[in-house]
Amino acid sequence: MMRLAACGLLIFLTAIATARAEGPSVTVADPYLELRTGPGRGFPVFHVVERGETVRVETRRTDWFQVVDADGREGWVHKGQMAETLLPAGVKLAIDDPAREDFGAHRREVGLLLGDYGGANVVTLYGAYAFNEHLAAELAVAHILGNFSDGQYATIGVTHVPVPEWRIQPFLSIGTGVIRIRPEGTLVGTEERTDQVAYAGIGVRAYMARRFIVRGEVKEYVVFTDRDENEEDVEWKIGFAFFF
Amino acid sequence: MENRIRILLLSAVLLASGCSYMPWRNDTPEAEPPPPPEAGEAPVVIDPAVERREIETAKIDTENWEAGAYVGSLSVEDFEVNVVYGARIAYHLSEDYFAEAIAGTSDAGLSSFERLSGGAPLLTDSERQFTYYSLGFGWNALPGEIFLGGKRAYNSAVYLTLGAGATRFAGADRFTITAGAGARVLIRDWLAVHLDMRDYIMDVDVLGRNKSTHNYEATLGLTAFF
Repeated sequence: MMRLAACGLLIFLTAIATARAEGPSVTVADPYLELRTGPGRGFPVFHVVERGETVRVETRRTDWFQVVDADGREGWVHKGQMAETLLPAGVKLAIDDPAREDFGAHRREVGLLLGDYGGANVVTLYGAYAFNEHLAAELAVAHILGNFSDGQYATIGVTHVPVPEWRIQPFLSIGTGVIRIRPEGTLVGTEERTDQVAYAGIGVRAYMARRFIVRGEVKEYVVFTDRDENEEDVEWKIGFAFFF
Repeated sequence: MENRIRILLLSAVLLASGCSYMPWRNDTPEAEPPPPPEAGEAPVVIDPAVERREIETAKIDTENWEAGAYVGSLSVEDFEVNVVYGARIAYHLSEDYFAEAIAGTSDAGLSSFERLSGGAPLLTDSERQFTYYSLGFGWNALPGEIFLGGKRAYNSAVYLTLGAGATRFAGADRFTITAGAGARVLIRDWLAVHLDMRDYIMDVDVLGRNKSTHNYEATLGLTAFF
């Protein structure tokens, strides 16, 4: 088993090492381009490439581009300087990073939320796909961790954002799914149960920076038990998400 | 007689001046108009002998993801120190922050109580397995370089992490808060060695009452950027 895992890791690493694609060559249009030793503002500038010279872009990590100059020197250049370089066609290198204007018009969103489900801790991972600016389908899986029981739920639902232009956007949600609750072994006379569940919720998401958003929500769940009465649980959670 | 000569000369002058205004005295003849295109034939378009340049779209490879595996030792509170294996994946949001997910597993040993009393074990073998996951955030607090000798320099960072997740141990899934610190050294542009210290904080009720436990882990890992 371990040997298999190690083998898999080795193949993965080799695949990554050989997967680097050849990037475009760009011409420096600013007075100069600063090459740093690492992808960060704290790394020292060790070389400058002058206007009119050409560098090849190797890769990009966050806001930093690794380039190679004509003499083979490798260094890291900030996004702000790369945006002022020219492609062979004479146009500026387009760096279309997500920004405030894209928030609300985005299609995909993935996030992690932590909170409380009916008195127990809950860890939720969710993904959403937007059909338009207002309406999105959302899939969530959660791990419920209480003192006397633990469980999972998986739900599918729709969210509605009334004003997608705002920086802080309230939203409404409804959906359905299944929930499984497993009482802890030390309790006697209870057994694991799986029930259907439905929810309605209200929440807010806010744009922070780049593709990064924070989100908080409150949901009311109705668990359709096979007992005489349905169970109702309130859940609140807060977390962060990225949009694509 | 004299009158007849005068009329002859006048008429000759009139004739000559009149002739100079006649249309057939044109020195620059007009070009012939092109024949009208025949029905069904496409009109001839000027074909400039200039080659079109292929405009290269900037396809730049991004390396914001990092994935790999680690091995180390985990101290399960009251249940000895044991080997732990795990996997880690991280997404770098900026040069300062990253999101990360980790998952690992270890087998806890015997508690001192079990060893000394010599009685029945508190946990079965499957309950003794300690499996966790954690999702959270990291901050590259101290980016820098490590110098080996006079000629080698490796980029590095010391980072702090905070996460939440769950641990399956002693027959239950337990909510777990993870706090850690680590160091990352890039031995290649795409390959990093990690030295991580993490604390898994959770409530465990195996030994009588519910108590908060700290489970410390020290690991050495290898990750690749892609």
